[in-house]
Amino acid sequence: MRLTRAEGLRQGAQGACGWARKFLLAVAAVVAAGCSPGGPDGGTPLNSPYAAGAERENVMYTAFTQRSPKYLDPASSYSVDETPYTYQIYEPLYGYDYLKRPYQLAPRAAVQVVDPVYLDAQGKRLPDDVPGEQVVQSVYDIPIKPGIRFQPHPAFAVDEAGRDLYRHLAPADLEGKYAIPDFPRTGSRELTADDYVYGIRRLATTRVVSPIYAHMTDYIVGFKEYGDRIRAADAELRKGLVPTTRDLPWLDFRKYAFEGVEALDPHTLRIRIKGKYPQFKYWLAMTFFSPIPWEADQFYSQAGMAERNLTLNYWPVGTGPYMLTEYRENRRHVLSRNPNFRGDPYPCEGTEEDRAAGLLEDCGKPTPFIDRIVFNIEKESVPLQGKFLQGYYDVPQAERGEYGVAYLVAAGDSKEKAALYAERGLKLPTTVETQNWYMGFNWLDPVVGKGDNPAQEERNRKLRQAISIAVDWEEYVTIFENSQAQVAHGPLPPGLLGYRDPPAGANPVVYDIDGDKVTRKPLAEARRLLAEAGYPDGRNAQTGQPLVLNYDAMGGVSPGARSQFDWLQRQFGKLGIQLEVRSTDYNRFQDKMRRGVAQIFLWGWNADYPDAENFLFLLYGPNGKAKEGGENASNYVNPEFDKLFERMKYLDDGPEKEALIARMVAIVQTDAAWMFGYFPKSGGAYQQWVGNGKPTQMIRNNLQFMKIDSALRARKIAEWNQPVWWPVALAVLLLVLLAVPAWRMVRRRDRAVAVHTDRPTGDAA
Amino acid sequence: MTAYIVRRILYGVLILIGVNLFTFMLFFAVNTPDDMARLSIGGRRVTADAIEKWKVERGYDKPLLVNAQAEGVRRYTDTIFFDRSARLFVFDFGASDAGRDIGYEIRQRVGPSLALAVPTFLLGLFASVAFALLLVFFRGTYLDFWGVVLCVAMLSISALFYIIAGQYLFSKTLRLVPLSGFAGGLDAMRFLVLPVLVAIIAKLGPEARFYRALFLEEIGKDYVRTARSKGLSERLVLFRHVLRNAMLPILTSTISAIPLLFMGSLIAESFFGIPGLGSYTMDAINAQDFAIVRAMVFIGSVLYIIGLILADISYTIADPRVRFE
Repeated sequence: MRLTRAEGLRQGAQGACGWARKFLLAVAAVVAAGCSPGGPDGGTPLNSPYAAGAERENVMYTAFTQRSPKYLDPASSYSVDETPYTYQIYEPLYGYDYLKRPYQLAPRAAVQVVDPVYLDAQGKRLPDDVPGEQVVQSVYDIPIKPGIRFQPHPAFAVDEAGRDLYRHLAPADLEGKYAIPDFPRTGSRELTADDYVYGIRRLATTRVVSPIYAHMTDYIVGFKEYGDRIRAADAELRKGLVPTTRDLPWLDFRKYAFEGVEALDPHTLRIRIKGKYPQFKYWLAMTFFSPIPWEADQFYSQAGMAERNLTLNYWPVGTGPYMLTEYRENRRHVLSRNPNFRGDPYPCEGTEEDRAAGLLEDCGKPTPFIDRIVFNIEKESVPLQGKFLQGYYDVPQAERGEYGVAYLVAAGDSKEKAALYAERGLKLPTTVETQNWYMGFNWLDPVVGKGDNPAQEERNRKLRQAISIAVDWEEYVTIFENSQAQVAHGPLPPGLLGYRDPPAGANPVVYDIDGDKVTRKPLAEARRLLAEAGYPDGRNAQTGQPLVLNYDAMGGVSPGARSQFDWLQRQFGKLGIQLEVRSTDYNRFQDKMRRGVAQIFLWGWNADYPDAENFLFLLYGPNGKAKEGGENASNYVNPEFDKLFERMKYLDDGPEKEALIARMVAIVQTDAAWMFGYFPKSGGAYQQWVGNGKPTQMIRNNLQFMKIDSALRARKIAEWNQPVWWPVALAVLLLVLLAVPAWRMVRRRDRAVAVHTDRPTGDAA
Repeated sequence: MTAYIVRRILYGVLILIGVNLFTFMLFFAVNTPDDMARLSIGGRRVTADAIEKWKVERGYDKPLLVNAQAEGVRRYTDTIFFDRSARLFVFDFGASDAGRDIGYEIRQRVGPSLALAVPTFLLGLFASVAFALLLVFFRGTYLDFWGVVLCVAMLSISALFYIIAGQYLFSKTLRLVPLSGFAGGLDAMRFLVLPVLVAIIAKLGPEARFYRALFLEEIGKDYVRTARSKGLSERLVLFRHVLRNAMLPILTSTISAIPLLFMGSLIAESFFGIPGLGSYTMDAINAQDFAIVRAMVFIGSVLYIIGLILADISYTIADPRVRFE
């Protein structure tokens, strides 16, 4: 049917009206849906990154940035980002009491923290208080808790006849298997001392790189020779194989024993240490000393496993509270409750602050509290911070201590943010960590270093002391650390034996101490010292040349770094000293440090264990970086300090050790080998529904003690994430308003004629 | 035609060898195997022995291009370049320097990449062509003027801004979609809405302006005037005549881009947490993982060559006058 123009116009108008009516109805429906609480299922909001109802489960959600952990093999793992996994999956013999401060060792898989037995050269037992120099061997007999079982794993799976199911596979049997959950059957068995023996022997393997093997050869009896044997055995196994092959025959460490580590019985481990090394107990709290079941090593050594990423590096096998059940590289990792975990009780002792914060309320309850811990990749900070504030992350990053501090700083800078964090009920506890940042003087440098002769030594010391007074670390902490750090008076951070709070522990070279009042010495004192050093007003007294010092910085020149450099130049400028900044990337900086050519530098140290030895060895002469490749980056040498250090390292904690440490600290304060800088704070950032969170960079199995109130989380997430639809409706409306005149224009053009005339067509006819 | 395609494929093989060599030279001009080992081993594990062992196990202990110690053909085959390149031509990517199976990772990640790239490509093309046609339809009016101004403004803004602004507006303020993340199956839709929308808006400015220029060029031609003189409506003129004839340059830019959709988006995948091949490549560059970088560059080159051949073939379909003889 052909429409007349009039009919067409009418129908078109009716059609347009009908379409508009339908559209408006649809928009209204969407707006109405947006006004209803929650999202599509009536509970989970639309912007939830998880499946519907996930927020109501007993699951912790957190993030990791950059990439997946590189090493989950306990022989290799040494990076902070790996610890949320390794310390929940593996159980070293010892750990730390979760709440007590200063940090105290506590047994994990061991029954107790044992004292070693000291032996002389004939193997006869020595008294416990014998001087360390007389000890030839320390023997640790460590009892292991009976009844501990490994997580379910295919390496332990057996059939009805007791034959293993997955330890003699052909490559074809691995078709389609890329993850441990792809193996349908699992098994378990009891942990024995032999598993620790196997794990320690495996540190000597040539198959993976263990960062502590070389260090441990200095201490564990026969470990170096054992490593040589293993290297030879491995070379024998590799004979005839292409060097790049990934399918290597299994190196069964049960066949290669050595006297340093042995199992006395299924539940007693014996470790022999050369001489006396009291700090060895702290190493036993690290995952390097984790049990490795030989079945797992055999399982992962089968041909085709490495190609499918089925190795201990990706799929650990432990006895801890959690096990890895999902590993999607650079995407998502999931730790699930280990059903075979015995449920260690929550600690009952802590500080008064812990009691006030409710951290002792779960005393004696079996742990872990949380069923699953989900780690999602968040490469960019915008979505990470956004999701945390929306409630979709319970903790921004489980292993990091910067977030709490960053939120505190942001709240201090902005009232709006402070109000938002308060409204969200964020918990932001902080603590001073066992870390330091110091500004070192290179002892090898002729100007700021030791000096060639006694007179020069004295002049150089006065120069370092003058600079130490002039550089105002209180101001640095205020400006660059937003007051979230503690100015250091010595090399030891709080929480370690030997640390003393000011005024008792104040640095008398840099500060005036008047009763309880500790104030930085006046600049006049620094100028006096500078003049005595031979640089009155910052000029060489003999040549008149200005004193120019070099600051070797790491990390390039960013705007943030630039302001730090300017500040430092101003500090040195107070004495008339010109500071040249030589900034390079971190690799070049390390190279300069290795060669000992830097003059003044800023560097930090994160303690391996809470013992003064782990900081004071940074100033121990034989540990010099340039000559010995050690960690003494200043290359500081003071024979008296070194002598005291050698005595101190043999001492157990007690008044004698404390007195020695005080003398050592006084020596380095007088020598001003470092400007002691500051101790950074670490801060936790926890949602209000996260319980038992306590910031720490030392205790790594902390997820075991944390809990989630998932009902509160679901309520708050729904409350905070109500969708807002009206701007969408408004935008659609605006589009419609724009479309209508455009449509009219289209119609007008369609109807337009090529030639316009004012005369009626009838007249023309 | 067949001879032409065969010839192009043979050229493609030569191009692949060249690209491979160029990537190899570039990569090793700024990285040495020792640098790679140091970064891969990391931290306190780095010792001279560990570096040597790492290189031997991955074949990086050999000379780069020419092995002076070897005899005959082995002078060129017993090198890092040959070891690392020859297998690529049978699509055996081997293991990454970190030890993971590259082929498996690519298979895992190509799905999420396509889930983002395909709707972005199709909807983006549709939106750009439609917007360009709209501007052409209203050419010479204020709508056209302000539309072009909008296009210029949009193309002047960084894609990063659209991502951050999109996340801020739709995820944080309006709370309509997740800020980032990914899920399999239909659930992926929730995560893809925002990145697709952002990508469409980000490329709307430059593409619509380009297509508008193409359409305007066509619209001044004689056959368009003829069509109008026949009494065809402006809509029919645009859709039936102008659009078809302007397809050739559009095909060049679109058909050749189709294979590259497999490669994913470097920035969007990182910001939206989409585990695709773009973020895989980005991670490899950051980790200095040459094995992955080389594999991804190789795949990118193969896809680009395929794209160009497909574009050539599509010419003959879109314009029967085009013949490859």
